[in-house]
Amino acid sequence: MSTKRDKVIVCRCEDVTLHQVDEAIARGHRDLESLKRYTGFGTGFCQGKQCVALCARLLVERGGDPPTKPITPRPPIRPIALADLARLVDDGDGP
Amino acid sequence: MTEELTQPFDAIPDACDVLVVGAGIMGLATAYNLARMGAGRIVIVDRSYLCSGASGRNGGGVRAQFSSETNIELMKRSLELCDDFATEMGINVWLRRDGYLFLARNAKRRAELEASVALQRSHGLPTRMIGPSEILSIVPEIDVSGIEAGSYNPDDAVVFPWPFVWGYARACQRLGVTVHPFVDAELEATGGAMSGALLRSQRVESLGQEKHIRAPLVILATGAWSPEVAAPLGLELPNHPHRHEICSTEPLKPFLGPLVADLESGLYFSQSMRGEIVGGVSNARVPPGVDQRSSLRFLGLYAKALTRTMPILGSVRVLRQWAGCYDLTPDGSPIIGRVDSLEGLILLCGFMGHGFMIAPIIGLLTARYLLKNEERELFHRWSLGRFERGELLPESMILG
Ligand SMILES: Cc1cc2nc3c(=O)[nH]c(=O)nc-3n(C[C@H](O)[C@H](O)[C@H](O)COP(=O)(O)OP(=O)(O)OC[C@H]3O[C@@H](n4cnc5c(N)ncnc54)[C@H](O)[C@@H]3O)c2cc1C
Repeated sequence: MSTKRDKVIVCRCEDVTLHQVDEAIARGHRDLESLKRYTGFGTGFCQGKQCVALCARLLVERGGDPPTKPITPRPPIRPIALADLARLVDDGDGP
Repeated sequence: MTEELTQPFDAIPDACDVLVVGAGIMGLATAYNLARMGAGRIVIVDRSYLCSGASGRNGGGVRAQFSSETNIELMKRSLELCDDFATEMGINVWLRRDGYLFLARNAKRRAELEASVALQRSHGLPTRMIGPSEILSIVPEIDVSGIEAGSYNPDDAVVFPWPFVWGYARACQRLGVTVHPFVDAELEATGGAMSGALLRSQRVESLGQEKHIRAPLVILATGAWSPEVAAPLGLELPNHPHRHEICSTEPLKPFLGPLVADLESGLYFSQSMRGEIVGGVSNARVPPGVDQRSSLRFLGLYAKALTRTMPILGSVRVLRQWAGCYDLTPDGSPIIGRVDSLEGLILLCGFMGHGFMIAPIIGLLTARYLLKNEERELFHRWSLGRFERGELLPESMILG
């Protein structure tokens, strides 16, 4: 049976719901990095730019550890095509 | 998991039978098996969150294609344990057994693959050498120009690492093991034997709190941090951290069966169950020590090797990159078991870039070794003492 809480989306890229955040915290994922890994928030197209602040607030409101910093930012800032990245290294440049 | 993960720092007992330092896959798998076999009171601490080490940063590749008998046999058994993991632990680890395909771009690599395949087949694996046309029938998107041959084991697999870690952590807790993230341990010994550790809270609410825990048996499962954790004991370990980077793309419709790898460049990539292409490449030029930062150079090296192997991916965009550390040993084999100079210390480190896949079986064998005195041959062969004895071991199918 679905409830309203199932339908409140907190991370739009990865379809993470408020209900999932509640469940993760209840299971003991009480710091921001763990909450991110358990729910997957912040790992989609926007890389957390839209949802981190909201998820951090929800965590603290539910008694979690107050974050001292945001989740580790993962480059690139915007998605970049592999063909463009491939031009970053010269032909002779190997490992 | 339960509330237990966030138990207050002072709830950690003053003494236990086994202290496991490091709650990566290795520490957790070992604690789980020790608990199952009745090792008594087990406490496991990690200085950060679960999945913070390499166990939360890896590619999830699980393969039995190796070049040494020991690795082939161990990985075979790990794969079997992976098969049962979801049922046993009650958690979905997104296991997908669609194989591993190793590519050879020159005669030397080809000969190496052929030798490994022969050995693997003699151990009952279905691995086989295939030519360019069969490579194309398995992965039509590969550009086979310049590729001589490949070795293919349809039974190799990929998993999603995070639930694997949580699965072990939960199972540990069900068996009465207490798992304490955000607790740093400094190992302590007196008179040539382990006495326990000084624990320090890393949690905001109890930051700065310290306490001692007594333990006659201490398992050092701190991955790439192991040399620095062992150093205060006067123990010099020969392994060293080497940063390894990895990235994932935007999700694509499922099209790629096996994990594809090339031992020449160290390129490997697979498609996750979320549809992303996840992969990495060798990079010899990395900062020293434990460094988990990302670099632009990696993206260049990876993108170049990947688009050469699968040009159609050129227009696909990279969404995120991250890094972890390999835990490299001089001969490519792990460092496990007892240490002559310190009674009660058990090493479980040096697992290179394949420590995730080997953890299920190493956890099981370590428990048997400690509680039943079994597996002594393996724990002797892979012991720290081998470096003094000059008995170095070969393994050539190392990725990255
Ligand atoms: C990018 C990347 C890709 C990889 N791909 C694969 C793959 O496809 N397949 C595979 O099998 N392997 C892969 N590996 C290797 C694999 O991830 C590791 O070998 C494995 O996770 C090691 O597990 P561990 O438990 O030994 O170490 P870790 O998971 O690193 O755990 C060690 C833990 O010890 C803790 N710790 C350190 N010091 C202390 C202290 N003083 N007190 C308390 N805790 C401490 C750390 O916080 C850490 O959590 C990859 C690794 C990387 C980095």
